Amino acid sequence: MAYSDKIKEIYQNQLSGIHEAGLFKQERFIHSTQDAEIEVEFPAGSSPKKVINVCANNYLGLSSHPEVIKAAHEGLDTRGYGMSSVRFICGTQDIHRELETKVTEFLGTEDTILFPSCMDANAGVFEAILTSEDIMISDRLVHASIIDGMRLCAAQHDTFKHSDMAHLEKKLQLHANKRLKVVINDGVYSMDGDTAKLDEMAALCEKYDALLFVDESHSSGFIGKTGRGTHEKCGVMGKIDIITTTFGKALGGASGGCVSGRKEIVEMCRQKARPYLFSNTIAPVVVSGVLRVLDILSQSTEYRDKLEKNTKFWRKGLSEAGFVLKDGDTPIVPVMLFNAKLAQDFSKDLFDLGIYAIGFFFPVVPQGAARIRTQISAGHEMHHLEKALDAFIQVGKKYDILGKTKQEIIEMYGN
Amino acid sequence: MEDMKEVILEYVIEEYCDEENDDVTFDTPLISGGIVDSFSMVSLKRFLENKYKISIPDADASPEAFDTVKKIEVLVKRFQ
Ligand SMILES: Cc1ncc(COP(=O)(O)O)c(C=O)c1O
Repeated sequence: MAYSDKIKEIYQNQLSGIHEAGLFKQERFIHSTQDAEIEVEFPAGSSPKKVINVCANNYLGLSSHPEVIKAAHEGLDTRGYGMSSVRFICGTQDIHRELETKVTEFLGTEDTILFPSCMDANAGVFEAILTSEDIMISDRLVHASIIDGMRLCAAQHDTFKHSDMAHLEKKLQLHANKRLKVVINDGVYSMDGDTAKLDEMAALCEKYDALLFVDESHSSGFIGKTGRGTHEKCGVMGKIDIITTTFGKALGGASGGCVSGRKEIVEMCRQKARPYLFSNTIAPVVVSGVLRVLDILSQSTEYRDKLEKNTKFWRKGLSEAGFVLKDGDTPIVPVMLFNAKLAQDFSKDLFDLGIYAIGFFFPVVPQGAARIRTQISAGHEMHHLEKALDAFIQVGKKYDILGKTKQEIIEMYGN
Repeated sequence: MEDMKEVILEYVIEEYCDEENDDVTFDTPLISGGIVDSFSMVSLKRFLENKYKISIPDADASPEAFDTVKKIEVLVKRFQ
């Protein structure tokens, strides 16, 4: 045993540092399925309380959908529980390939490869397809998993200001002489809820002969007229070279991810991407569930339509009540409070009123940009949203921030 | 002769700031203050290397050494 007092103390000190900085994360135990209403044990040890959930990525309300559960049961019965192998030894079933084909059709790409998660897809894809002669040019607000993937890759990198197309163009000119250029961004940004300008990006990539990468984790299933994603909304289906996305949010919410796009790029991932080669893929029970989700979404746009309606109601309600929101039209609706303590207190008061929504503050979002991030779902019924809105207004009145501008809120609470 | 600090400050504002945070001075903490994230620091390093014809080893390009315009000037001069 080498876990000496000295080693123990090093970790204890680091942990208290995290505590003192107010950054210690604590889980809250949910005693129910993931749904519009959940039962939450908080603080730990208290008896579970029924609350309306407005902070899940369960955008389409399919996480506990009876048909998805049924399909998962069938998958369990016919394909078993585990594979005990990575894909290329003996871990690929017919349904894995079927899911890859279905995702390809759904996203309008050429081919797809599954990964254990989208984190793994992002961690593996760049290293598999780029060399030190290439450049990755990423939006400054891309997801952490993309940053990790870029760090693992030998290619050079550069960044551009969030959604700033003039700055991106400058960078494309600066790196004109590189072998391959890849422009990297998220389709919908999870903290602000804004949408990438994929049409402009696709045009720039064409002009400067660059590949276009987009992480569609917060878009797949509901953005665009038929829910195919940001590329559908921006009218550039077929023009995105690399899409990564997750099955852990709107598409059933269990787990798993993929890289979808140009045939050769997907094949390179199959040959070289380390999280694909060295980790088991998605379990059969989950694959069966996702297959059903894609069937449901291909048959009708009912869920994404309901989500759109719910989102409109929610944004309008909050905005008319006088909250400061981030602009956008996605179901991610950040209620800006600017001050970290205010965001935490606000969240606590909401919980007391039966609404579960979490405060975000630095370093998850920029300093002075603390907020409650709300996420709307097709699983929400009007009475859920009305009750949640009432609670927001009640707490907003308590802190006297309704109708106040950013400047006024910061004057009252600091930033 | 251009003042190096001015040149660096101008680049930092142009490359990293917008209307909301353009009141940067020679002493503003860039990285610890959340203006430049450590991943985006690379374009600043590339700019300095090209502009002053130097090469800054990765080991010396730490977030601490890049934290203010003043510190960056010290770093650049070390490698000139
Ligand atoms: C933009 C983005 N990409 C990737 C991921 C990771 O997804 P997964 O849970 O499948 O690893 C997330 C989840 O937080 C995300 O928000």
